[in-house]
Amino acid sequence: MKKSKADPKGVLTGSHFMDGDYALAEGALAAGCRFFGGYPITPSTETAERFSERIPVVGGVFIQMEDELGSIASLIGASWGGLKAMTVTSGPGFSLMQENIGLACMMETPLVIANVQRGGPSTGLPTLTSQQDMMQARWGSHGDYEIIALSPDSPQECFDMTIKAFNLSELYRVPVFVMTDECVGHMHEKVVIPPAEEIDIVERKWYEGPKDKYLPYKCDSDGVPFMVKTGQGYRFHTTGLTHDERGYPLLNAECQQKNVQHLIDKITKNADKIIELEEEQIDGAEVVVLSYGITYRVATKAVQEARKAGIKTGTLRLVTVWPFPEKKIEEIAKKVKAIIVPEINAGQVFLEVDRCSRNKCKVVNVPHLGGWVHNPDDIFKAIKEAVK
Amino acid sequence: MTEKQPLQNPVEKILRMDRMPHIWCPGCGIGTVVTSFAEALRKEETDLDNLVVVSGIGCTGRAAGYIKLDSFHTTHGRAIPFATGLKLANPKTKLVVFSGDGDIAGIGGNHLIHAARRNMDMLVILVNNFNYAMTGGQVAATTPLDANASTAPFGNFEYPFNLPHLVAAAGGTYIARWTALHLRRVTKSIQEALHRRGFSFIEVITPCTTLYARRNRLGDGLNLLKYYYDNSEIQHNADTKDLNITYQGKLIVGKFIDKEKPTFLDAMNQHLSKVLGDKYTPYGEEK
Repeated sequence: MKKSKADPKGVLTGSHFMDGDYALAEGALAAGCRFFGGYPITPSTETAERFSERIPVVGGVFIQMEDELGSIASLIGASWGGLKAMTVTSGPGFSLMQENIGLACMMETPLVIANVQRGGPSTGLPTLTSQQDMMQARWGSHGDYEIIALSPDSPQECFDMTIKAFNLSELYRVPVFVMTDECVGHMHEKVVIPPAEEIDIVERKWYEGPKDKYLPYKCDSDGVPFMVKTGQGYRFHTTGLTHDERGYPLLNAECQQKNVQHLIDKITKNADKIIELEEEQIDGAEVVVLSYGITYRVATKAVQEARKAGIKTGTLRLVTVWPFPEKKIEEIAKKVKAIIVPEINAGQVFLEVDRCSRNKCKVVNVPHLGGWVHNPDDIFKAIKEAVK
Repeated sequence: MTEKQPLQNPVEKILRMDRMPHIWCPGCGIGTVVTSFAEALRKEETDLDNLVVVSGIGCTGRAAGYIKLDSFHTTHGRAIPFATGLKLANPKTKLVVFSGDGDIAGIGGNHLIHAARRNMDMLVILVNNFNYAMTGGQVAATTPLDANASTAPFGNFEYPFNLPHLVAAAGGTYIARWTALHLRRVTKSIQEALHRRGFSFIEVITPCTTLYARRNRLGDGLNLLKYYYDNSEIQHNADTKDLNITYQGKLIVGKFIDKEKPTFLDAMNQHLSKVLGDKYTPYGEEK
């Protein structure tokens, strides 16, 4: 891993009043992203618009592709061409990208995808919020693989977490998702962009050894292979087929085991390092409200009400949703009566919490099918019910 | 006693010999196109370090795996947008998309026309064997009317694409068509196209002996080459609207279009320099 500071060219230092969509673009530019390939889709389009205006003067390239299949394919290409690359989309576009998200995982290609979630399925609610793509982010492409997903709850976090997403993506050579939603995407708030020298940047490990010795998929001690870009004489090969260390297809059970297990291990074995959580008053709590993204902000109101009513209420916020904090949930489940999981879907992360609680406590789903955020009263009611 | 020199075919230099034997059937024409490609690189003394090959999925899609350059075997239909990203991120490289008719003109057809429209700087070599061969000879967007295919068991009744016409209409700047019989012509076209800036497109009609020829009782590879020999007609600069392919009918081949216009990056740099003035540093130009 190569650590450095941000290139000042992409950093719009200062205090701004901007929406989450713009902040995604600014975070990416600060992180060193110099390629954007995308396709317009509500409610994420403003990010593409921001890129199209900003990236030419920062020294990068913007292309509006013919569809989302093209966007994601262009990103993988751009990443192997040596640039940090990003796209932004929402439900239908995210669905179209799934096949090549698998290719990015298989080729171990660093890239960042922001999903400004809207209500689904299908065309659903183009202009209104949801958190319905959380499981799709985890399992959307076919086969077994691991990715990383972050969930910002404000424009400021859209900026900060996009930088974090790029750093994780470069570090683990894996697609990283910034799973925001229409509410945060269109919310205008203060966004403070620090000076470039205060922004930590991680670069992928570039291979610099002898040309004939390069093995694209030979793991280093940290479980992540070295990368090269095109045009340097390595004459390497990579494929979406199951492959060996040379990147050559080898279609048998043994190679499949090794190849796919590696894709899983490089994330799960580093899960403790990757996972970021925010917790509050969990010690001694009767009930814990677990949430992420915009729902965390909404749940805050319900938690305040519950505490006023004398219920010892803790909170756990998933900053990183994938990989999932399995150990943490099990630990909490042993100590509390119930974990309340409000989310703007029918209960996606709820299922994971339920699984990880191992029946040590009640796990309560507070679903909302999208279009608006929860009424905090509904979460408060669920808290009261749970401690009865 | 003189020591024997190890024999090496000159094209071996650009092939991954550690991956031989290849998967292609006896009588298949894809290998011939790879040979023409290798020959073109040898003759042009191309800078191999800056040449990148991208393939999609299918029989021809395996080409990237055998060519010893920076080479990418991507997903079905997406070789062109993948190459678009590679080109834009690393403009000094020359991109060659090497894939089949099903991959480029079927599932990837939208990318084909848009890359041509943008005049994206890349060479697309489309190997057309008239069917989806990897999956067992299904009907394709290129199958001639009446030809039999495994998903057109009573014969094909869908009109096929006239690919040079399609690419010309979309804006391609170098367009040629040959058959696997025209080895030297294919080589020469690739040599020419390697020097063109912009969207170049070479269609090469090749025998699929195992599936297309067998199902249609057209004999073996040699019979198909004989068909090409008897029925190909070289008509350079032919009007692309006249290039339809009919079942076992005449094959108009040649170079149809060869013109210059600004590429995507040229146009981007010219336009943004004009509009943004000093604020804009042309992208991708050697400093």
